[in-house]
Amino acid sequence: MSDSARSALADVFREEAGRLTAALVRRLGDFDLAEELVQDALLAALEHWPREGVPERPGAWLMTTASRLAVDRWRRQQKYQEKLALLAAEPAAGPDVDDRLRLIFTCCHPAINREAQLALTLRAVAGLTTPEIARAFVTSEATVAQRVVRAKRKIVDAQIPYRVPAPEDLAARLGEVLAVIYLIFNEGYLSTSDLASRPELTEEAEALADMLTTLLPTEPEAIGLLALIRFHRARAASRFDAKGALVLLPDQNRRLWDQEIIANARRLLDRALTLGRPGPYQVQGLIAASHAAAKSWEATDWPRIVGLYELLERFWPSPVVRLNRAIALEHIEGPAAALTDVNALAAELDGYHLYHATRAELLRKLGRAAEAYTADARARELTANPAELELLESRLIAGSPGAA
Amino acid sequence: MKYMLMLVRSDEQWEGLTDAERDYDAIMRWWMGLAEKGVLRDGAELQPARTATTIKWDNRSAVTMDGPFMEAKETIGGYGVVEVDDLDAAIAIAKAWPGRGHKVEIRPIVPR
Repeated sequence: MSDSARSALADVFREEAGRLTAALVRRLGDFDLAEELVQDALLAALEHWPREGVPERPGAWLMTTASRLAVDRWRRQQKYQEKLALLAAEPAAGPDVDDRLRLIFTCCHPAINREAQLALTLRAVAGLTTPEIARAFVTSEATVAQRVVRAKRKIVDAQIPYRVPAPEDLAARLGEVLAVIYLIFNEGYLSTSDLASRPELTEEAEALADMLTTLLPTEPEAIGLLALIRFHRARAASRFDAKGALVLLPDQNRRLWDQEIIANARRLLDRALTLGRPGPYQVQGLIAASHAAAKSWEATDWPRIVGLYELLERFWPSPVVRLNRAIALEHIEGPAAALTDVNALAAELDGYHLYHATRAELLRKLGRAAEAYTADARARELTANPAELELLESRLIAGSPGAA
Repeated sequence: MKYMLMLVRSDEQWEGLTDAERDYDAIMRWWMGLAEKGVLRDGAELQPARTATTIKWDNRSAVTMDGPFMEAKETIGGYGVVEVDDLDAAIAIAKAWPGRGHKVEIRPIVPR
């Protein structure tokens, strides 16, 4: 199969797998079975489509195939008649969009732990296979499989409902879903593992956020998250140089930024803001928008960015947010003031590589080379991302006591 | 679906509170509310864990011991059994539990 055919198939799968799983879960009331049927139907498609061409309505083809596979299974089972009635009860038309929404809320139910929410969402909603998820999060297939099995068992045994939450719970429950999508995105954007970035994960995150905003068009935080992801995608071409080395925001070639995507993200953000319910993803969207609008690093509207980080801190009181605020503050009040703020975070962020990398930068600017060297060395100990490692290595070589 | 709500607390802290501080009025309102909705199947407050007696088996002979099965700072101070549609309904009930300094563990009951 050619690469383009393969990627066309991947697009169809991404689009259809979640829909299909969702529809089958609703009709059969059996999460496990629904998922297995979808995986089997996708395998059947991989076998047939390259030879026979992608059908005109791939979703319907997959649904028919999954239904046929279900019947094959039940034939071998006792409850054949009973189950068959379930399948016959509804027409084999395309599944309802609301099914996917129910499914993602079930996968991200707060009674399921975060790691399992992630695995379940990627598996059931995004249609990734267990090996793909294991690779993406650098863990073993057995671990992922175990998480998924345990979570699915809890859904059944504790009777976690399969529905969109009631309006009074929607904001809190949507927060869980957005947190899961945001984590998928972050892991893709700057991986904590052996690969610098994992575009397949950022793509999944964008697709999930896009789906959510389509299904919940008046939820500003969902739109805010989609805008945020798009602002970051607009800068993708400038984030790594020709040799694959990481280029940080100050040094990025802004002519490589995709203005069309930036405009799209800006429109999304404006739409979210007019809904009048601000939240952390919209604020992060605004920060990304400010960077996107600046002609250069120097021309960035720093007072605005500092203000936005202060606003973000009200939604997300976190030392990482305060670290980012301090980084922005340097451009207004200078490195000494910023360093004072950064140092105040020592106890909370000692295990966070960017805390040490930031200190190193500020110390260098203040002419305190030896301390900067120690801080960079500490940052290097704390990251596994190869692009970040390389950047830190180069700083260490330049700043080593022997270098001029 | 039936769920047992285990009302978890630190005995030491709970015994340090006066009845007014424990706010038994609010606690009674919670139980009454469940009874009125028709979802309450059972429930009670338990005497503190210092009153517990544990039976364990040593080879096949039963041994009686003073104390709870597990030494822990937090113990089960009471329980309620509710019958509701799904976990979300049980969570909503648990979130409304007014007992000070408590946690509530929700356990689905194996259907018979």
